[in-house]
Amino acid sequence: MNGAETRLYHAVRRIRRVEEVIAEIYPSDKIRSPVHLSIGQEAVAVGVCDVLGRDDVVAMTYRGHAAYLAKGGDLKAMMAELYGKATGSAGGRGGSMHLISMDHYVLGGSAVVATSIPVAVGYAFALKKEKKNRVVACYFGDGATEEGAFYESINFSSLHALPILFVCENNGFAIHQPLEDRWATPDVCKRVEAFGIPAEQIVSGDIFDIRNAAQSAVAQMKSKSDGPHFLECHTYRWREHVGPNEDYQSGYRDRADASAWFDNDPVEQLGKTLAADVRVKIDYEIESEIKEALQFAEQSPFPDESELEANVFAV
Amino acid sequence: MSLRSEKAHVISYAEALNEAVAQEMRIDPNVFVMGLDVDDHLGILGSTVGLVDEFGADRVFSTPLSEDAMTGVSIGSAMAGLRPIHVHIRMDFLMLCMNQLINIASKAHYMYGGAVNVPMVVRSIIGKSWGQGAQHSQALYSMFAHVPGIRIVAPSNAYDAKGCMTTAIRDNNPVLFVEHRLLYYTEADVPQEQFEVPFGVANICAPGSDVTIVAISNMVIESLRARELLDGIGIDAEIIDPISLVPLDIETIVASVEKTGHLLVVDNAWISCGMSAEIVAQVIQKASTPVRVDRLGFAPVPCPTTPTLEDAFYPNPATIASTAFRLLNPEMPDWAPDPERAALAYQQKFRGPF
Repeated sequence: MNGAETRLYHAVRRIRRVEEVIAEIYPSDKIRSPVHLSIGQEAVAVGVCDVLGRDDVVAMTYRGHAAYLAKGGDLKAMMAELYGKATGSAGGRGGSMHLISMDHYVLGGSAVVATSIPVAVGYAFALKKEKKNRVVACYFGDGATEEGAFYESINFSSLHALPILFVCENNGFAIHQPLEDRWATPDVCKRVEAFGIPAEQIVSGDIFDIRNAAQSAVAQMKSKSDGPHFLECHTYRWREHVGPNEDYQSGYRDRADASAWFDNDPVEQLGKTLAADVRVKIDYEIESEIKEALQFAEQSPFPDESELEANVFAV
Repeated sequence: MSLRSEKAHVISYAEALNEAVAQEMRIDPNVFVMGLDVDDHLGILGSTVGLVDEFGADRVFSTPLSEDAMTGVSIGSAMAGLRPIHVHIRMDFLMLCMNQLINIASKAHYMYGGAVNVPMVVRSIIGKSWGQGAQHSQALYSMFAHVPGIRIVAPSNAYDAKGCMTTAIRDNNPVLFVEHRLLYYTEADVPQEQFEVPFGVANICAPGSDVTIVAISNMVIESLRARELLDGIGIDAEIIDPISLVPLDIETIVASVEKTGHLLVVDNAWISCGMSAEIVAQVIQKASTPVRVDRLGFAPVPCPTTPTLEDAFYPNPATIASTAFRLLNPEMPDWAPDPERAALAYQQKFRGPF
């Protein structure tokens, strides 16, 4: 009956398991790259990417594993990149924070907050010129909306009616700083609406709510060329800002704050909708794929030292 | 030099830039021009005048005063296959673009394993005289030269301006295109057809055997005048214009210095940690003969507006000539040329209001 549930479950479960495995491997120091895990935030990545076409574009942040995978980025290339291998998505030059897959129209992640937003707007500018009805979905966190580049970007995108869906993954913290210490007013949607951009807030974290909102926004951009749309998706980062662990003991937040999000886990919610056999089959596929990707990463060579200075400039 | 054909015409630096951009826009629909006031009646001191009329507002448009994001927009559009030319009427405004230029543009190709190119041109103009002051006169290219991944060119005449612009637009990397306000009024014989000035090839503007003067941007003009002053007392200076700062044609400079034994770098910027330091260091590392060196550049202060101090702030033909003389003759008393002979016609052309 439910193709969507199966597909979405596969996508969120895959991201969850990939990142859980990364967290397990991390203490071995095989991954020598800072990792910002998306565990807990999968629904935003998957809910939006599910409504994008193959040649639509995604721009993401340094917390980008989820968006990269949700948009179709290759898992082997991602794991190899985390291992610093020559077969990685950036040949080992980027690491976890700079995943990229231009074959799947995943723009490279950036480690400087909000810097990918205007770049995504520039890509949308090119898409508008191209007139092939493609759109950009641009992910960023709540902290990015505090940067000047964010306001400059949404202004320009609205001025030029660019086909870009801004997706704010509001997890409530910039590293360890809560919103209340950073936002003069609590409603980012109102701020964005002031630029003439339709904005919708989704507080439930529900993957179908996110998906429906994204679907409606993308459909309008594609059918009416009505310019940018904005979604603020409340979500929750289950692990520490950077690294493999939980950090509920560190004082800036409490496990009790997270409990509602644990109860509302999209992986479990979607999993429950599936027949047991279907779920097991998907889980098995995912574990096999991860095992294969790890093997690929392990066995791939490191780039040769002689390549250090190659590719600073494009030919 | 064969390009200086009968099809050449005498045009200004501003006209040369304009012509190069227009000609490339005619053959490459991916090229577009953006920046505050590129489409107004003044057209960036004439360098973009008429472009919007020929190519339309889709390809030539003004931007909000959002230099940071607009630089990101250039980068994103370049990653998507367009070839943006982002224009800033003052180089000082590049400080607002630093984040995108340094953190994204310069390293995207490398950091993403060659998966993307960023073919963009960032034009900016260095101001000088008529009280431009501390924030309208800065020459900040060495900040960018420090970072791998950005090409930097600073043409000193209309011929190089046109050829470098064509090369810059066609280059698959970010190119910082450094222009100088006072050079806008200079004219040269420039081919009417398109041509490229290759990056990384210095120009020996005038040959000489006693001292090598490497000059950047409009200091080339000042140094050529200084060469005439030096010639008056029997000193033969070779003037080299690197044209492109990244990549830098150090071989041509080293070969000259091995011949003359004396190197004076006249930068159109501050001295500390600047291009002059880089050039001198590389020459000393690479030259096979003993070298004596000196440097000239802006005084180590913010540029003042009052004419007496502003004049003292910059190297000029007289200070260049006397510095070269001292470099060659450290035992002799200082020499200064007749100030009237040292004046430059092109400096007199510029009046305000801005």
